[in-house]
Amino acid sequence: MRKQNSIVEFQDFQDLLISDISPDIPTIIISSGTCGQASGAGSLIRVVKRELIAQQQTQNIRLRITGCHGFCEMEPSLLIMPRGTFYPKVKLKKVPMIISAIANNETISELLWSDPKNGGSIEKQVDIPFFKYQSRTILSRNEKTDPIRIFSYVRHGGYKQFVRLLEKGDHDYILEEVKKSGIRGRGGAGFPAGVKWEMLAAKKNTNGKFLVCNADEGDPGAYMDRSVLEGNPHSIIEAMLIGALATGATQGVFYVRQEYPLAIKHLLIALRQARELGVLGENILDTDFSFDLDLVKGAGAFVCGEETALIKSIEGKMGEPRQRPPYPIEMGINGSPTVINNVETWANIPIIFELGAENFAKVGTKGNSGTKIFSLVGKIRNTGLVEVPMGMTIEEIIHAIGGGAVGSKSIKAVQTGGPSGGCIPTSLFNLPIDYDSLSQAGSIMGSGGMIVMDENSCMIDVAKYFMNFLKDESCGKCYTCRKGTQRMYEILDDFSNGLGTPEKLELLIELAVVVRDTTMCGLGQTASNPVLSTIRYFPDEYNAHIESKMCPGGVCKELITYSINDNCNGCQVCVRACPEEAITGKKKEMHLIDLDKCIKCGSCVSVCQFDAVETA
Amino acid sequence: MINLKINGLTTSVEKGTSLLEAARFLGFPIPTLCHMDGLKPYGACRLCVVEIGEGSKAKLVTSCTYHAEEGLKVRTATERVVRARRMILELLLASTPQSKIIQDLASEHHVMQQRFRQEHEDCILCGLCVRMCKEQMAAGAIGFRGRGTERSIGTPFDVKSEDCRLCGGCIYVCPACQLRCTYNNPDQAICGGCANLAAPCIEELKYNDLMCYMKPCVACEIVEYEKEKQIKIK
Ligand SMILES: Cc1cc2nc3c(=O)[nH]c(=O)nc-3n(C[C@H](O)[C@H](O)[C@H](O)COP(=O)(O)O)c2cc1C
Ligand code: FES
Repeated sequence: MRKQNSIVEFQDFQDLLISDISPDIPTIIISSGTCGQASGAGSLIRVVKRELIAQQQTQNIRLRITGCHGFCEMEPSLLIMPRGTFYPKVKLKKVPMIISAIANNETISELLWSDPKNGGSIEKQVDIPFFKYQSRTILSRNEKTDPIRIFSYVRHGGYKQFVRLLEKGDHDYILEEVKKSGIRGRGGAGFPAGVKWEMLAAKKNTNGKFLVCNADEGDPGAYMDRSVLEGNPHSIIEAMLIGALATGATQGVFYVRQEYPLAIKHLLIALRQARELGVLGENILDTDFSFDLDLVKGAGAFVCGEETALIKSIEGKMGEPRQRPPYPIEMGINGSPTVINNVETWANIPIIFELGAENFAKVGTKGNSGTKIFSLVGKIRNTGLVEVPMGMTIEEIIHAIGGGAVGSKSIKAVQTGGPSGGCIPTSLFNLPIDYDSLSQAGSIMGSGGMIVMDENSCMIDVAKYFMNFLKDESCGKCYTCRKGTQRMYEILDDFSNGLGTPEKLELLIELAVVVRDTTMCGLGQTASNPVLSTIRYFPDEYNAHIESKMCPGGVCKELITYSINDNCNGCQVCVRACPEEAITGKKKEMHLIDLDKCIKCGSCVSVCQFDAVETA
Repeated sequence: MINLKINGLTTSVEKGTSLLEAARFLGFPIPTLCHMDGLKPYGACRLCVVEIGEGSKAKLVTSCTYHAEEGLKVRTATERVVRARRMILELLLASTPQSKIIQDLASEHHVMQQRFRQEHEDCILCGLCVRMCKEQMAAGAIGFRGRGTERSIGTPFDVKSEDCRLCGGCIYVCPACQLRCTYNNPDQAICGGCANLAAPCIEELKYNDLMCYMKPCVACEIVEYEKEKQIKIK
């Protein structure tokens, strides 16, 4: 790669790359993030390449391998541009057919996405309801860029905003624009990014100032930061360069958890390429602006996402939060002023400058501008990453985009914000999703996990799950966090084992309030949310567990028994599925469960096609 | 100087003074477990919480780690503070009931029962021993390991530390009071100082210029007694 030695040289180079785009040539896009690779995108890439050569189409059809597009459930998928055709769950056998269809500008209707509601098939990605109701400003960029090729990024306008701002050389302009855009931190707390940057810019420090990209993302069920880092690492590098221009920071750090090997690999490649191209390092594009980035791998502790613990971890110490103030902006890495922002916050920065701050602020609601990526998972038809304008209601996300509940069950609640968040019942589904509404409802936005639960979920089990996570992930320094989460788990466990009493519920509430009050960092202060929000919105379920020793969701094993009703037509599927041979019955005769042998594993329920196994 | 109000009394303190020091200077009692003059404040036990701020912004902070701020209004014994302290003591009693210090604190705060499942742990992870070892004895032989319920204090890989000089400082500061008594149970001892009875008082030749913190532990006498018993049996 030739190093670009001046701003003009870079701009000429970019123009050259852009003139090289021929938008009419069909391009096959294979989404190959961690989710795609897990569903077989690797083999798909190989077969597509082989078939392109076999059919002698290498000159006529292009291939682009990109990060995740969001519809993870449908991987491995093919997206054909510029037509926009979307083939979900592609079988390797079908690849030759698809490629000859592309060559003839046709589509194969049997392989298209079909709507489970009415069976009709939809050709174009943008028409599929899952994509149709989203505003994919960040995620749509994943489709355009090959994450390991810097030219691909530059060709689609990458580093343009940074170079423009570098040429302009006006720090205050950048700060003003970021403030005007109204962007708030996407890492959970929602602190305005512009204000944080301004504070850093005002600091004078001869030992340097730091920018950090927080990619620790430890919430169970959330993976939007991973997808952005894997799919578009250069956009984060560009954002941090812009941040450095604005604040005078001299050094940047990516803090990525070790469990994201693909993100780390793509980042390392991207950093090397950016240095080779001359947009990162000493005297960037021959100006007197220098900025370099390092990558630090976190060892997978949830608490290291907390900013003061993250700083200690970067310094090589034990990941333990400390009392704030002083905030990292006063005393960060090695005592120098530091700004920490979430991956998604950074990903929005180049977009702000591309669209202009005013246009950016038009999306979303007042005080909550822009879009937010959620990872929509759980008992819902379409799972994946969805990017929606802030202020959309939960109802719209779940029904329009998510396609509603799976099967005949109805949805009961959504859990937002991971272990620090709470459960929101259906009665509040017209709540707009923004930082303030969610925290009023007793939950938080968090980094954007959204777990949907239906009638077959038990809210006590949910609270217990998160408490189990927190008792292991608490750093253990504050006595009330370490012991409090452990004791809350213990009490919830008693409830699910039929040992609950009204006094224990009282004690649980008392303890939850004290844990929230007396802990130091965000982990402990929000640890009670799963407990308090479920008690607040689902008191009946707690009562059922405590008074009548019943689990309405049919989850708590100690409180349920299985029986077979007269829906049973004697198909013997459950007999074969039962690991304990507890089910007996001849073919075409009603079966019976021997409750002494039954271990309540639920295998019979999941295999029965006729709703014949009841829980009570 | 920084001016602040504690329980309505105006006082001025030097920059960097903790709320705990300021409140104690005025004579307001605040219970502590993990604080000790001469060691860096750590903020682990949370017993020293006080309330600051007003209205919806009121919150509890640990007075031992929070520095005085200009115009701050501190309340050391509001209902919220007392409720929190009593719950913390209840949690402590539930896990470490044998500690005399904890028992006394609990009865001072009228905590008469604990409603959790009874445990018998001998460490509250207050970190006094870790800080004593590092800051006062300049050894740094022990430290924290693990997180969450797995957190414990010890040496790396449980190998006896070469930095440990068997000074006994860790045992001396321990509020859970258990370690003094584990002399014959080496698995439970932190530094092994007490278990290894080649302690200062025993091997006088080697250590005779070391100060022994274990004055009341009578470990040395017990060893003498055991030795005599062995001889008698023979
Ligand atoms: C227990 C805990 C875990 C956190 N984990 C993350 C995380 O995984 N990723 C993240 O960006 N922020 C996380 N945060 C929030 C950070 O402390 C910090 O607020 C955020 O990175 C600031 O960036 P922002 O202003 O862009 O949101 C966590 C906070 C707490 C208390
Ligand atoms: S004395 Fe302040 S937290 Fe222990």
